[in-house]
Amino acid sequence: MSDAVLRTNGATGSQPHAEVIYRHTVVVRVTHWINVVCLTLLLLSGLQIFCAHPMLYWGQKGDEYDRPFVSIDADDWRKEHPEGVTRIGPLTFRTTGVLGVSDGEVRAYPRWLTLPANRDLATGRRWHFFTAWIFVINGLVYLLSNTLNGHFKRDLAPTRKQLQPRHIWMDIVDHVKLKHPVGEAAKHYNVLQKFAYLGVILLIVLMVLTGLTMSPGVDAAVPWLLNLFGGRQSARTVHWICANLIVLFVLVHVAEVFLAGVVNEVGSMITGRYRIKTGDGH
Amino acid sequence: MSRTLLSRRGLIVSGTALGGLWLAGCDRLSQAPEAAKFLDRDDQLNMSAQRLLLAGQPLAREFKTSEISRVFKANGSIAPQDPAYLALVQSRFANWALTVTGLVQRPLALSLAQLRALPARTQTTRHDCVEGWSAIGQWTGPQLSGLLRTAGLQPHARYVVFHCADTLGDSRYYESIDLFDAFHPQTILAHTMNGQPLAVAHGAPIRLRVERQLGYKQAKYVMGIEVTNSLDHIEGGGGGYWEDRGYEWYAGI
Repeated sequence: MSDAVLRTNGATGSQPHAEVIYRHTVVVRVTHWINVVCLTLLLLSGLQIFCAHPMLYWGQKGDEYDRPFVSIDADDWRKEHPEGVTRIGPLTFRTTGVLGVSDGEVRAYPRWLTLPANRDLATGRRWHFFTAWIFVINGLVYLLSNTLNGHFKRDLAPTRKQLQPRHIWMDIVDHVKLKHPVGEAAKHYNVLQKFAYLGVILLIVLMVLTGLTMSPGVDAAVPWLLNLFGGRQSARTVHWICANLIVLFVLVHVAEVFLAGVVNEVGSMITGRYRIKTGDGH
Repeated sequence: MSRTLLSRRGLIVSGTALGGLWLAGCDRLSQAPEAAKFLDRDDQLNMSAQRLLLAGQPLAREFKTSEISRVFKANGSIAPQDPAYLALVQSRFANWALTVTGLVQRPLALSLAQLRALPARTQTTRHDCVEGWSAIGQWTGPQLSGLLRTAGLQPHARYVVFHCADTLGDSRYYESIDLFDAFHPQTILAHTMNGQPLAVAHGAPIRLRVERQLGYKQAKYVMGIEVTNSLDHIEGGGGGYWEDRGYEWYAGI
């Protein structure tokens, strides 16, 4: 529920036309918050692991002798005060203080973005794999239960009407205008929301699969997975790109939560109950 | 309106502060020995899952010779300064002998010439470093399984430990694998790399290849093979140089 709606209706405090619906099942709510914890730990420990070799390549192999696709490094390690340089394809950015060099140290990501804060690959890996196990089990519970109870089909699959270009366009316009749905429309996810949720589920699946592809043991057992991603270094690069996209999703997701009314939105993910303003003003 | 804004800002600030506090907690947690022990369970989980997947003992992918890395990165020890090793290099490993000891029926000592004369396997495989990089190289050497069969294992043998010639920091490098990996066809003692005798930077005269695990398991400068039923009594008890420094013993991921 947005403040914009409140204002147009001139409501002050009391909500005469509010309706409460049961929006999130207990499985969705519990798995959501476990995801929040897991994704945070996975991201920060993942950035720690990245620091051990801050370059990304395409194909099977890649090391200092190959040309990286991405590098987050110092311009010259031997200099007394090296500069942080981030390269993505043909682009070069000076990123001293955040990427490449921070806290007077050559490290791809700054201390406040890695777990542990110190350079410690061994402990970073422990956190990453331990959390990954919880994350994967949590994800399987989510996928399985919501396939069986029809949540995906009922609530996340876009309807035929929603897929019409005109409808998608109108939804984009609504989003740009920060106009949030009221009444009946607020009871269902809009099409961009559905794309975002289905998209992030796909990203997470890709994340797990590319993570597994970096394992020499899994590569021996499931060689086709490696073919799918075009090699171990490609899998590592895709893993990093997906991580960035998931961070982007979370930023937009949290921004939308604030725009739509943080108490109602976060509250519904805790209690399951969501307050809907009946759309008299619209 | 201003009240809601304030409370929102309050929420963001307190949320961020809480998150920060929590992460600082995680940071501290990983330094506590009990917590570290708990986190260390990832090792058993990874190993149990992979052993299920690898039950049929599939081979690691082998590449075309055209895919071999132009330069294979040499990592870890690349020029050991241990006097005993330098003397061996000086004599071109003429006095070097690989010993096979511990829980075996017949302890062995093989010269480099004897080792080179054994039936060898050649494999072009990808080397994955724990740091994240990969290189492709071609390795030739006798299968470990052959040596172990010649020596004959005692019934309670469980691990094969590799004692190395190089000192990294303050202690001797070593590694260990269990019998599941020791008897895998691609587990070899490589004396030849890319068709050339193994260079010092890559572990001359022989290095272990365990192709389904990460780079730190591929022990270089192997001097002695010891068959044991426990890793507790060796060095730090972790089963390897890097394992004693926090890395997983099972390096399949």
